[in-house]
Amino acid sequence: MDFLNGFVALSNFVLIPAIAYGSQLALGALGVTLIYGILRFSNFAHGDTMAFGSMIAVLVTWWFQGMGLSLGPLPTALLALPFAILGTIALLLITDRTVYRFYRAQKAKPVILVIVSMGVMFIMNGLVRFIIGPNDQKFLDGERFIISVREFKQMTGLREGLAIKTTQGLTVVVAVICVIALFWFLNRTRTGKSMRAYSDNEDLALLSGINPERVVMYTWMIVGALTAIAGTLYGLDKTFKPFVYFMLLLPIFASAIVGGLGSPLGAIAGGFIVAFSEVTITYAWKKVLTYWMPESLEPDGLVQLLSTDYKFAVSFVILIVVLLFKPTGIFKGKSV
Amino acid sequence: MSFLTGANMTGGYGKGPDILHDCTVAVDKGEIAVIVGPNGAGKSTAMKAVFGMLNIHSGHVTLDGEDITKLSPQQRVVKGMGFVPQTQNIFTSMTVEENLEMGAFIRTDDFSDTMAQVYDLFPILKEKRHQHAGELSGGQRQQVAVGRALMTKPKVLMLDEPTAGVSPIVMDELFDRIIEVSRTGIPILMVEQNARQALEIADKGYVLVQGRNAYSGTGKELLADPEVRKSFLGG
Amino acid sequence: MSDTVKNTLLFACMALLILGTGFVQSWNSALFILNMGLISAIMALGVNLQWGFAGLFNVGVMGFVALGGLAVVLTSMPPVGEAWAAGGLRVLGGLVIGAATIVGAVFLNKRLSGRARLIGLPLFLIVGFFVYRFVFDPAVEAIEAVNPAGTGYLGGLGLPVLLAWPMGGLLAAGAAWLIGKTALGLRSDYLAIATLGIAEIIIAVLKNEDWLGRGVKNVNGLPRPVPYEIDLQKSESFIKSAEGFGLDPVTASTLFVKLGYSVLFTIVLVVIFVMAQAALKSPWGRMMRAIRDNEVAAEAMGKNVTRRHLQIFVLGSAVCGIAGAMLTTLDGQLTPGTYQPLRFTFLIWVMVIVGGSGNNLGAVLGGFLIWWLWVEVEPLGHWAMEFVTSGMAEDSALRNHLIDSAAHMRLLTMGVILLLVLRFSPRGLIPER
Repeated sequence: MDFLNGFVALSNFVLIPAIAYGSQLALGALGVTLIYGILRFSNFAHGDTMAFGSMIAVLVTWWFQGMGLSLGPLPTALLALPFAILGTIALLLITDRTVYRFYRAQKAKPVILVIVSMGVMFIMNGLVRFIIGPNDQKFLDGERFIISVREFKQMTGLREGLAIKTTQGLTVVVAVICVIALFWFLNRTRTGKSMRAYSDNEDLALLSGINPERVVMYTWMIVGALTAIAGTLYGLDKTFKPFVYFMLLLPIFASAIVGGLGSPLGAIAGGFIVAFSEVTITYAWKKVLTYWMPESLEPDGLVQLLSTDYKFAVSFVILIVVLLFKPTGIFKGKSV
Repeated sequence: MSFLTGANMTGGYGKGPDILHDCTVAVDKGEIAVIVGPNGAGKSTAMKAVFGMLNIHSGHVTLDGEDITKLSPQQRVVKGMGFVPQTQNIFTSMTVEENLEMGAFIRTDDFSDTMAQVYDLFPILKEKRHQHAGELSGGQRQQVAVGRALMTKPKVLMLDEPTAGVSPIVMDELFDRIIEVSRTGIPILMVEQNARQALEIADKGYVLVQGRNAYSGTGKELLADPEVRKSFLGG
Repeated sequence: MSDTVKNTLLFACMALLILGTGFVQSWNSALFILNMGLISAIMALGVNLQWGFAGLFNVGVMGFVALGGLAVVLTSMPPVGEAWAAGGLRVLGGLVIGAATIVGAVFLNKRLSGRARLIGLPLFLIVGFFVYRFVFDPAVEAIEAVNPAGTGYLGGLGLPVLLAWPMGGLLAAGAAWLIGKTALGLRSDYLAIATLGIAEIIIAVLKNEDWLGRGVKNVNGLPRPVPYEIDLQKSESFIKSAEGFGLDPVTASTLFVKLGYSVLFTIVLVVIFVMAQAALKSPWGRMMRAIRDNEVAAEAMGKNVTRRHLQIFVLGSAVCGIAGAMLTTLDGQLTPGTYQPLRFTFLIWVMVIVGGSGNNLGAVLGGFLIWWLWVEVEPLGHWAMEFVTSGMAEDSALRNHLIDSAAHMRLLTMGVILLLVLRFSPRGLIPER
C-alpha cells in the first residue's frame, strides 16, 4: 500500500507534469530542429513566435467566449487553435519573404542568420506586447480536471490523490497527433521526403530538381503549426505571459541540441529528457520517500536537489554534458 | 555535331583565373566518352563546365542540337542531363529507395518501371532498398548515386570519377555496371583517375593537360599512342 | 569625405541629440542618457572585443553585467559581523567542497575509463553534492536569519566603491574563464545557447542566494563615489556657486552629482577604448582577426585558436563586468529582478551591430545612439500614438490601448533598426577598416 501511495504521489507531482511539459518542449524543439535542418540556423525568435501564436489563440478564444461559443468540457482555445496556426504561418511566411530570403540568396553565414533572427525576436516580442501587453492572460475554460484528487481518492481508497488536468491530457493527445502527422508527412509524402533530402544534402537536392524555396516554405508552414500548438498548449497548461515564452528558448534549445540538432526524433527524446530532469531535480522528494523508505530512514528535509528557481540550470547542465561528451547529440544531428 | 558537346570552352570558377582553355569534349549516343589526364588538368572542371556549374565566357554547350550554354544546372537536369558528383552524391540519411525517389523528383509520371530498371541494373540495391544509403559500402554508394541519376531517364549521363576511393575489384565491377548502363542506349561522359582501365572501356577519350585538349581519339587509339602511354599511362 | 571627417560628424550628431534632449526635455534626462550611454558604450566595447575581433557569439552579456553589479555589493558594503559569525566560514567551506567536487569530477573523468567511470563519476558527484548541501544549507539558513529585514546576508568588504569597478571586471573574468574553458570549443550556435544559459543561471543565483546579495530583497544604499545631493544642498559654497549659474540648489546638486558620474565614466571609457584600440592594432589583435576570418587556416599555421578565444572571451567579459559594476554604482542599489536579457544582452548586440562590428569607435557610437533611442522611443512613440489617434473619440478603447501600448514600441523599433542595418549597411555606421 505504501508503495502504491508513493507511486501515486510520484505520478501526481513528477510523472504527469513532466510528460505534459515534455510534450510541450518536444513540439517546440521540433520547430527549432526543423529550421536548423532546412534553413541551417538557430532561430532565436522561436520563443517569441510561440508567444505570437498563443496570443492569437488567446484573442480568438476571448472572441468565441464573447459569442458564447464553447466546447463543453474542453477548452474553447481548441476551437481557436486553427486560427492561431494560420496566423503564425502567415507571420512566418511574411517574415521569411521580407527578412530571411534576402540572406538565403546571399548565402549568408549561419551566424549572420542567427543575428538576423535576434532582430526578428525583438520585433515579434514588441508586436506581442504591443497587442496584448506584457501581463498574464487567462483563457482557459471548460472542465479543469479529467480526474481530480478527490475523485481519485474515492475511486481507489488510497491516501494519496492523483489529479490529471484537462490541459495535461490534452497536451499529450495533441502532441501525439502532431508527432504522428509530422512523421507521416516527412517519411511518406513526396514533399516531406524532399525536405529530408534538402536537409541531408542541399547540393544534391538541387541537382535532383528539388525547389529550395518550396522546401523552405513548407518548413515555415510546419514550424508555424508546431509553434502555435506548442505555445497554446503551454499557455493553457501553465500561463500565457509573453516573457515566459522567451524564457522557454533555453529548455527548447537544450532539448533540440541534446537530441541532435536537425533530428526530429532527437527533438522529441530531448524534450522529454529535459522535462523529466527539470521536474525530478526540482521536486521535493520527501513525500514519495516517506512512503518508500523504511521508517528509520525517513528523510527530515524536503529532499529537493535544487530549488525550482534553478530549473534553467538543469537544462543548461544537460546541455553542457551532452555537448562535451556527444557533441552531435543523442540522435546524431548535423553540424554546420 | 555530337549529341552532347562542350565546344571550345574557356573559363574558371567565379572571378578566378581561367582553368579551361579552348577545351572540347563530346559524346554521342551509345558511346562512353572518358576524360583523363594528370592531377589538376581540369578534368572535373571540364565536366562541371558542360553541366553549367561554372561560367564559361567563350565556347558553348549543346545537347541534342539545342544550345544550352546559358541554362543553370537545374534547368539542364530538366533538359535531360544526369549528373553524378564525385563526393556527397547520395542522401546518406535516407533509404536507397528514397534516394531513387528523390532522383525522380522532377518526374510527374509513374516512375516505377524506371526504378525496376535501376534495380535490374544494380541488383544489390534492390536487396538493400530499405537500408539507409549511408550504411552501404563505397561501391554500393556509387551504385546508389548512379541509380539516382538514372531515375530522371536522362538523355545523357555524366559521372565525375565514379571509382574514386574504391578497391580495384569494386572498380572493375563498377565499370561493368557502367558498360551495362551504356548498353541501354544512354551516352555516358565520365571523368576518370584510373586512365588505363577507363580508356579500355571508352569509345572516345580526351586527354586534358592544363585545361587544354592534349590528345583525343578512340580509347584504343589512345592506349596505343606511345606519347600518351609514356606521359600518362606509365609506359 | 574622409573617414575622420565622417566619424567626427557622426559623433557631433550624437552630441547634438544629447544636447537637444537637454534643451527640449531637461538637462537631468540629458545627463542620464549621457551616463547610461557611457556605460552602454563600455559594454558595447566588451561585446565588440568578442564578436568584432574574434567572432565569438556571446549572448550572456547580462550575466557578466550582473556579476559586475554583485561585485559592487561584495566590495563596498560593510561586512555584517553577526552573519559572518552565524555561518560565514561554513558557507565558504560549503562552497569549497562544492568546487572541490567539480574539480575532482573533472579529474576523475580524465583518469577513469570504462565501467569505473560510468559508475564512479556519478557516485562521486552525488556524494559530493550531498556533503556540500549538508555543510552549506544550515549556514545559509543561519545567515539569512540574521535581521532578514535589514541584512540577512554576509555583506561586503567595506572597501571604497571605486575599487568595485575593477573587482567587477575580475569577477566577470573569473566566470568567463570557467565558461570559456568548457564552452569555447563548441560551434558558434552552441556557444550562443550556452552563454544564454549561463546568464540565466547567474541571475537565478543572484535572485535566490540571499546570503550573497540579499536576492530579490535588493541591496539598497550602496556607497557612492560622488557626494550626496543633500550634503551639497547644505554646503554654503555650493549654493553660492549654483546661484552663480542661475540655478536653484536642488537642480544644481542633482546635475552636479550626475556630472560627477559622467566624468568618472568618461575616464573609464577613454582608458578602455585606448586599450582596445591598442589591442586591435597590435600583432595580437591582427592575429585575432585572422583567426576570425579563417579559423582553419590559422589553426594550420600553428595558432592555438581555443586559447586565443579564451583570452579574448575573458577580456571582453571583464569589460562587461566593469560596466555592470559602474551601472550598479550609478543606480545605488543591486536589484537582481531588473536584469532582462532583452535589455542587457540583446540591446548591447544591437549597439555593436549598428555601430559597426570590429570597430571600437563604432561600438562606442552604437552604445550612445542606441541608448538614446531606447530612452527616447518611448516619449516619441507616445507622441506618435497621440497624433495617430487624435481623430478618435476620447474614450475609444482602441485609442486607449494604442496609447498604453506605446511603451512597447521600443522593442519593435530596436528590431526594425537591427534588421534595417543588417540589410542595408551590414558593416554598421563606422565599418571595420
